[in-house]
Amino acid sequence: MSVIKRVSMIFKAKANKALDKVEDPRETLDYSYQRQLELLTKVRRGVADVATSRKRVELQINQLELQSGKLEDQGRKALAGGREDLAREALTRRSGVQGQINDLRAQYASLQAEEEKLTIASQRLQAKVDAFRTRKETIKATYTAAEAQTRIGEAVSGISEEMGDVGMAIQRAEDKTAQMQARAGAIDELLASGALEDFTGTGQQDDIQAELDRMSSSSDVEIEIQRLRGEIGQAAPAQIEGAPGTAGRAATAGQASQSGQAAPPATPPAASAGQPPAAGEGE
Amino acid sequence: MIVRIMGEGQLRVDASAVSELNTLDEQLDAALSGDDEPAFRTALEALIARVRAVGSPLPADSLHASDLILPPADATVEEVRELMSEDGLIPG
Repeated sequence: MSVIKRVSMIFKAKANKALDKVEDPRETLDYSYQRQLELLTKVRRGVADVATSRKRVELQINQLELQSGKLEDQGRKALAGGREDLAREALTRRSGVQGQINDLRAQYASLQAEEEKLTIASQRLQAKVDAFRTRKETIKATYTAAEAQTRIGEAVSGISEEMGDVGMAIQRAEDKTAQMQARAGAIDELLASGALEDFTGTGQQDDIQAELDRMSSSSDVEIEIQRLRGEIGQAAPAQIEGAPGTAGRAATAGQASQSGQAAPPATPPAASAGQPPAAGEGE
Repeated sequence: MIVRIMGEGQLRVDASAVSELNTLDEQLDAALSGDDEPAFRTALEALIARVRAVGSPLPADSLHASDLILPPADATVEEVRELMSEDGLIPG
């Protein structure tokens, strides 16, 4: 037998099975109606659950995007300070964060689609339940139990099928959401632990930022040294012969870092020729 | 003839389309028997696309039972197997 026929037959059999135990056909109407109302509540709750998951993923995307922006910024600063190694590290971590973001975006789209499907399913079920209620009252008012049987059978089997379908849609949405909840939980933990801030490092602190801060503070010291030299230099100009224009450069330290001359931080302070790396602070 | 696409709703399909749908159904059956997920995907999507193309949607408040019921367009081989088993996914 074909796929469609088997699916159809078994689906219908199952959809109608729940009603078999009701003896009086007219009771079937009330019993079915009760279950319809329960299912309506369930499908609406399903929509809300999927929406909650979707919002959670959205929040995580935003957090990771901030993280990605921060790493890019760190990369830029490291490069400006002549630390290509540090810049590479920052950009490598950024690419990891970006991978997470892409994954979450796919999840977001899938949850959004699920939410739409369930919303439409709930509207369709609502329309059918309303129609059923009207039909139910008509049947009860107009026909005797014996006469009503056929009409009840028609109305009930139509809506039972819808209920089976909606019930499955909710089940599928729940399964999908549960999978994503588990992954979202893992990312929440990562975000909370700070592991994403320190993607490959071992410490709890953001080691790239620590290094940048170290570069920045040593360059602050440089600027101070140069300033003091400048002051002293007014009394004894011969002291700064190795660094022409040092005093002026120190005054515009912010721009000086963009001139591209690499100055390894390990260089002894006096020999750094007034080339301070990025003077800006991290955040 | 009334056809339900699970998760989407019901459509009225003219009886003249049945033989075409049967051909697509046979391809689906072959893919399912062969456990061939990609072929199954293609066949299921083709079948559902055809039903959507030839069918006209029933109003939401219709209480008609369907003559044929198709799995959701994104159903996997495994899900369809469960649909065809006696103790499948349908609650109640």
